Amino acid sequence: MTLASMARKYEPRRLPDGERQATSAMIASLAAEGYDTVAAPFGHALVEAARKDERIVGLTADLGKYTDLHIFGQEMPDRYYQMGMAEQILMSAAAGLAREGFIPFATTYAVFASRRAYDFIAMAIAEENLPVKIVCALPGLTTGYGPSHQATEDLAIFRGLPNMTLIDPCDADDIAGMVPQIIAHEGPVYSRLLRGKVPSVLTRHKPDYKFLLGKAQMIREGKDVLVISTGFMTMRALDAAEQLARDNVDVAVLHCPTIKPLDVETIAAEAAKGGRLVVTAENHTVVGGLGEAVAGTLLTRGVSIGGFRMIGLPDEFLEAGALPTLHDMYGLSVAKVAEQIKSWL
Amino acid sequence: MTSLSRSAARSNTSLELRAWNIRRKALLMGEVQGQGYIGQALGIADVLAAAYFHALDYRAEEPEWEGRDRFLLSIGHYAIALYAVLMEAGILPEEELETYGMDDSRMPMSGMASYTPGMEITGGSLGHGLGIAVGMAMGLKRKKSPAFIYNLMSDGELGEGSTWEAAMSGAHHKLDNLICLVDFNDQQADGKSTEMLCSEPLTEKWEAFGWHAQRVNGNDLAAVVKAFDTARSATDAKPRVIIFDTTMCKGVPFLEAREITHFVRVEADEWGKALAVLEEGKPA
Repeated sequence: MTLASMARKYEPRRLPDGERQATSAMIASLAAEGYDTVAAPFGHALVEAARKDERIVGLTADLGKYTDLHIFGQEMPDRYYQMGMAEQILMSAAAGLAREGFIPFATTYAVFASRRAYDFIAMAIAEENLPVKIVCALPGLTTGYGPSHQATEDLAIFRGLPNMTLIDPCDADDIAGMVPQIIAHEGPVYSRLLRGKVPSVLTRHKPDYKFLLGKAQMIREGKDVLVISTGFMTMRALDAAEQLARDNVDVAVLHCPTIKPLDVETIAAEAAKGGRLVVTAENHTVVGGLGEAVAGTLLTRGVSIGGFRMIGLPDEFLEAGALPTLHDMYGLSVAKVAEQIKSWL
Repeated sequence: MTSLSRSAARSNTSLELRAWNIRRKALLMGEVQGQGYIGQALGIADVLAAAYFHALDYRAEEPEWEGRDRFLLSIGHYAIALYAVLMEAGILPEEELETYGMDDSRMPMSGMASYTPGMEITGGSLGHGLGIAVGMAMGLKRKKSPAFIYNLMSDGELGEGSTWEAAMSGAHHKLDNLICLVDFNDQQADGKSTEMLCSEPLTEKWEAFGWHAQRVNGNDLAAVVKAFDTARSATDAKPRVIIFDTTMCKGVPFLEAREITHFVRVEADEWGKALAVLEEGKPA
């Protein structure tokens, strides 16, 4: 018996004259037109925190350079553990170091932490409520390598795990602000990470913005639509809101970087205002992420709203390709976010 | 070496009697529940006696004493054996013996750190202990602590890939404060370990992974003690492993003779009989 070939047939893409084919090459930094960027905000924030706190150590599984932990490794080589390409020992050893009183930061890609190392995070770290901080690059759709590297369901996986705090930061401001706060937090944390040149978004829209663990914050007010967003989708939502304003659609954006515990008080209070259409936006499958968490909150609290929609990735294994192409294809680009919101009004 | 400050030196009770007491307590717990992993407990009793009354440094009255040697039970279902030795060592009060496996007991069927004094980790999801031990050994070195980490695992756990990630890591980081104890009773849930996923040649395998390896009869107390001493006093910058070949149900011949399985069936009237047989063999 043989299986039918799974490979697809080649169909050349027809491009307008003069346009170059986009590639799926690994892009270090997320494109964010019009924003200033900060280099390796996680690595630098961790170095700063570690200078004040000797309990902090860093571990990685052959992805130090790809999670910005190498910055910490260069500054503090004796506190940096290269564990090799072995995510199970990465998480187990982090648990062991935490048992001995240290605060380990363990980094890898989000797919490997959530899929390969799950049992070790669940039993060695979460069940014992140890202060291991798991920080993972390539969240959701931030690479064109296809499903092996696209962590489209990591938040759904970890939301079901007791004791975990989950964070999906939007930008360099969130990442730099988050580091000292997750150190101060006593339990285990899973945070998604943007690395390389990371845009600075939130303070441009709201100059006094500061990341607050466990808090959702209004970045922009608006009377027609309330977007509740997390991760870099807050950047997309803010840019889409500016576009929609030109069409006289007034969009509010509530940024919700802490996915668990969810700031249900702020979400319910904002959603209750003015009967607006509520739209969630996340760089994650619509199964088990922010959208369903918000829906559950509004339903159990009986909040009356002017409709509910979710922007997020479909329940599919996604295509390989260039990131801008894929963001357009799956509705995460600014243009597609604006288009979707408009179509629901 | 800090051996003279260790618990063994505080007592005139022989290791033979300690092992016998551990077996007896495990049988009494089995009788309470009418079931339990008694085959493993009887098989590992000599190793636990040597660990807690010869090798390890700890304070019974202060189980979380920072200077203690850490003993990790990776195999959660061996909890019955560890409770027995923790009671024998005075870390767990003996009057709790009859609560084993009951609601509200501090001694659940599978060992968990959040329930029991002296239980360092939550075992049971197999292949976890050695990796945690690697991290703790790194942590002790960072703290410049002279303490050792012992991790007790089963031969079945040799099938878990995570065990070998941890083995490579322990050698790579030169963790000479880490001693892994492998109970080789050649039994796991579906049958003989060597027939499920063969880990032989095992000593050579650990050596190839960069470990100081020994293999001894785990029911020969003199050999067990010597192996513990060698592991502790070796001077090479390597983690150490001792593979103990043990006999399931050791000390109760009619159970030893039974066709052995991972979960030994003991009928309701046989617990008393087993205790009586054990009584006959009580060391002087």
